[in-house]
Amino acid sequence: MHPVVKLIAQRLALGLLLLLAVSVLIFAGTEMLPGDVAQAILGQSATETALRNLREEMGLNQPAITRYFQWLGGILQGDLGTALSNKKEIATEIGARLGNTLFLAFWAAAVSVPLAIGLGLLAVRYRNRWPDKLISGVTLATISLPEFVAGYILMYLLTVKFRIFSPISTIYDSMSFGQKLNAIALPVMVLVLVVLAHMMRMTRAAILNVMQSAYIETAELKGLRPLTIIARHAFPNAIAPVVNVVMLNLAYLVVGVVVVEVVFVYPGMGQYLVDHVTKRDVPVVQACGLIFAAVYIGLNIFADVISILANPRLRHPK
Amino acid sequence: MSRIPLSALIGLVMTGAFFFTAIFAQWLAPYGLNEAVGDVWENPFWSSEPSEYLLGTDNIGRDLLSRMIYGCQITILLATASSAVAFLTGSILGFTAAVVGGWVDQVLSRLVDLFMSLPSLILALVILSVLNVTLPVLILVMGLLDSTRVYRLARAVAVDIVVMDYVEAARLRGEGTKWIIFREILPNALSPLVAELGLRFIFAVLFISTLSFLGLGVQPPLADWGGMVKENKDGLVYGISAALVPAIAIAVLAISVNLVADWVLNRTTSLKGGRGA
Repeated sequence: MHPVVKLIAQRLALGLLLLLAVSVLIFAGTEMLPGDVAQAILGQSATETALRNLREEMGLNQPAITRYFQWLGGILQGDLGTALSNKKEIATEIGARLGNTLFLAFWAAAVSVPLAIGLGLLAVRYRNRWPDKLISGVTLATISLPEFVAGYILMYLLTVKFRIFSPISTIYDSMSFGQKLNAIALPVMVLVLVVLAHMMRMTRAAILNVMQSAYIETAELKGLRPLTIIARHAFPNAIAPVVNVVMLNLAYLVVGVVVVEVVFVYPGMGQYLVDHVTKRDVPVVQACGLIFAAVYIGLNIFADVISILANPRLRHPK
Repeated sequence: MSRIPLSALIGLVMTGAFFFTAIFAQWLAPYGLNEAVGDVWENPFWSSEPSEYLLGTDNIGRDLLSRMIYGCQITILLATASSAVAFLTGSILGFTAAVVGGWVDQVLSRLVDLFMSLPSLILALVILSVLNVTLPVLILVMGLLDSTRVYRLARAVAVDIVVMDYVEAARLRGEGTKWIIFREILPNALSPLVAELGLRFIFAVLFISTLSFLGLGVQPPLADWGGMVKENKDGLVYGISAALVPAIAIAVLAISVNLVADWVLNRTTSLKGGRGA
């Protein structure tokens, strides 16, 4: 078998194993911690009968291992269970929201990735001069901002002081594509701001690392223009680390989305998760947690695969 | 110590001011934490009528300045306590893994890999959905989740130290694991760990603020800055900026600690380079 195929197969298998372990972790985290789930849902004043009924209904009387395999079996067949709070199918609720969340994350990625790489290249081209220092200074400040702080500051500036956008980013199925884009402009901006800094700094570091190689000096001595050197000689050799950084940050978007959705009242997975954590709706929390974990692990595996493919030494073994 | 760069000096002074406020909150705050003193959302900044309260009042007429001061105390208390938990468990487990090695190292490292394969916020939300959210629970959950990062660093640093001659000498002398961890490894691993402390503290501040903002952190009647943003956020669309005050405070605290941490990080790395040469 070709070594690249073997490596990729290993990564995928590792990812599946990890996901299985994470499902155990999420299940154990919600069902085996000290404390009684039924008590937590009903509160301290619950009567003994109510507690017993709820335990019966949730199947809490069965051993944890049995419940885990029932839960996992259901998920593998696409059955995520029913929510405790409104008795609705979790799978259908999530179906609609997952699309919205991916829509938001997709546009945030589509704006931030080219911007971050472009700024990173620019910072390398003018390293230690004012464009580099300006970019570094601004990104150091945005790295320290939590998502909701950035969200509210932007919201205040752009919707209240200067009335450019609407503060609520609810989207409906009946909206046209353009209207949807307009509605998510503000949350996309916040997400871009949050991931841009990290992505740009790492891109800069990765390219600077390559810039110390001997072949860069050769290219300089040949008299190539600085931007050509970076684009033709440095960037292709920095693709593996850059892709890795991009994927890590896209995975980070998954977390950022949770908070940003709450800030802008956006009907996605994040808000669904936070709402049901507050309501102590354990089945929903488990299902959402697992989906977020799957996306996060999936992106990380994807990053690994890309960096394997981007490495010519692995593609053409001796 | 005479050559402290300006940015680090600003960071140090600001961080010091925040900690001073946190420690002496009870004496600094003009009003009580839950004392309703004025009208709802009095705004001294851009409104024509002056308010006797420096930062105005919050969503139910409490003095915002007093709440900010008490909030500073809770935010810093939680962040400090959870960083302490993270460092204690993370570094002790990390050193142990490096010194003992073998299956202990394998089990601990794979467990940490598992925890780090998930975003902490998602994991924290999952865990907090079944626990009663109290201050000790928050400190433990945040501290233990963050200890995985400290573990990685502590183990990586300790693995390099374990192979040194003086550790072998201690082993041959017949010293136990405890001696080797605390007398041989800890003093030599201290400077990278201290440099990491600032970054973990910032992470803890942002983490607790985010949790409280989502309503899953500090519970009323207590309030931290994240919780105050949540309380006042509804006024924002009407042009009432009360929610921005705690939001900006979080950012300023994070940036000041970042400036100090940056400087410490640079200092320790250059120190190492100087010695090695």
